[in-house]
Amino acid sequence: MTKEKKTLNLNFGPQHPAAHGVLRLILQLDGEVVEKADPHIGLLHRGTEKLIENKTYTQAVPYFDRLDYVAPMNQEHAFALAIEKILKIDVPTRAKYIRVIFCEIGRILSHILNVTTQAMDVGALTPTLWGFEEREKLMGFYERVSGSRLHANYFRAGGVHKDLPAGLDNDIDEFCNKFPKIIDDLETLLTDNRIFKQRNVDIGIVSKQDALDYSFSGVMLRGSGVAWDLRRSQPYDCYDDLEFKIPIGKNGDCYDRYLCRIEEMRESVKIIKQCLENIPKGPIKTEDGKISPPPKKEIKQSMEALIHHFKLFTEGYRVDKDEIYTAVEAPKGEFGVYLISDGSSKPYKCKIRAPGFTHLQAMDYLIKGHMLADVPAVLGSMDIVFGEVDR
Amino acid sequence: MKNLKDLEKFINSELTYKINKSFIKHDNIYLNIDHDELIDVVSFLKTNKETKFRQLIEITAVDYPESEYRFKMVYLLLSHEYNKRVIIDYSLKENDIISSLTSLFPSANWMEREVFDMYGLSFKNHPDLRRILTDYGFKGHPLRKDFPLTGHNEVRYSEEEKKVIYEPVKLEQNYRNFDYESPWEGTKYIKEIKKS
Repeated sequence: MTKEKKTLNLNFGPQHPAAHGVLRLILQLDGEVVEKADPHIGLLHRGTEKLIENKTYTQAVPYFDRLDYVAPMNQEHAFALAIEKILKIDVPTRAKYIRVIFCEIGRILSHILNVTTQAMDVGALTPTLWGFEEREKLMGFYERVSGSRLHANYFRAGGVHKDLPAGLDNDIDEFCNKFPKIIDDLETLLTDNRIFKQRNVDIGIVSKQDALDYSFSGVMLRGSGVAWDLRRSQPYDCYDDLEFKIPIGKNGDCYDRYLCRIEEMRESVKIIKQCLENIPKGPIKTEDGKISPPPKKEIKQSMEALIHHFKLFTEGYRVDKDEIYTAVEAPKGEFGVYLISDGSSKPYKCKIRAPGFTHLQAMDYLIKGHMLADVPAVLGSMDIVFGEVDR
Repeated sequence: MKNLKDLEKFINSELTYKINKSFIKHDNIYLNIDHDELIDVVSFLKTNKETKFRQLIEITAVDYPESEYRFKMVYLLLSHEYNKRVIIDYSLKENDIISSLTSLFPSANWMEREVFDMYGLSFKNHPDLRRILTDYGFKGHPLRKDFPLTGHNEVRYSEEEKKVIYEPVKLEQNYRNFDYESPWEGTKYIKEIKKS
């Protein structure tokens, strides 16, 4: 007599608080053990790449905010760098520093969200409340510099849109002085917490080789012990002049990835402090009138400036025929832009390489043999944001 | 191999017949290969001690509707050890079948599904070739240049039928694509200055 094995198909999502957005996971369960996971994505697909092909380079920037919407400026950075490399624009040093400051703020924003919501998925509510208070302050900085809390639209090819408003550097500095204490507080709640450890240690282990094979990047790769960070290995903007450490994990489990994120937040604070100390005075975008719009005052007085302004906001600037891939170390991993320009003012093709896409792909590999209750823990530690997975 | 030029030379000498064209631009190596050499080239780059391109970064396609070979496939590889990137591309016609890279890189799975979904190109030996980003039952391939930006169908909740229904796109106002592009290329003397 043979006993037939019965598996249960469970539909997880598309609306589920632990799915971090709109993810539909079809799980094949044997009792409580997951045998197979099939993620259905695309529920937030907006056709970003198609839209970008139909907009000028300036108009395409806001679409990048809407990809990974918890760290908007990091994405804009990749796009701005791509155009700058093709057009061979020299970015003023001050602009480089401002961009790095806001990229690191974005990293902290994203890591706070991830660490605290991961804690919430495994049963701790307090970190979320504490962490979101800090996120609010950081988004306040975003608002003061760009006018909006989330969808900044601040980076431009050739620099940034506007200079820091008066007093902002002092306020960011003050935040940097206080924030490490908050990280310590968060750690007292989580790092040695018995429940948090039981839910995360030895869950979702990724070996070094598999991390490479599955195209992991960012914390997913470093958590498995691969020392690889684009800010160090292929530095862009002023990362070359800054001193920071790159935390790597040992076991490649959810807990190590949590520790990496905590340490990265501390390093980000250090980077911001260094930037604030060394930031020079000067222009914040390239002065080439063919690429960046002239100041308002000049438009009123100079005919040439008026023409430049008009042409930039109707036709947009043209980008020479070229093909380029640029990547930045976004909070979630390697965020890349593969851009093909055809000499007109609109991109011919703009492929967005989102780190979350490849990470989510490994869901089946990561969760196989784990319990159903581990699904939110693994999903949380992958740091998935559907804006970028679905594009 | 530390130097980009040496690396390019090395790849060229090892894969002489398989590479049509190679050059260095923006600190990356660009390789143009033949349609059927893909697996050989990629597995060489992945396993060879001097190259070690062990991570697949992205697979994508580009649509050139006017050209005889309508599509271009693009593969981006990264070598952590030597800190180098390589961009491989080849052209193909609409009905050509592409060899899947899933046997070499498991991560190629979704990337190829995305190309299949967005451009309608099919892959040989792919374990699970389904649409990925578009809706269930979607028709057409959105990133082809002949696919309209507004799409074909729109969805709404119908109060009469008490369910979400699909309807052809109705636009209250035509989609306006202004052509701001100036045909003006500058006077002759400016062109000459630019050239020199």
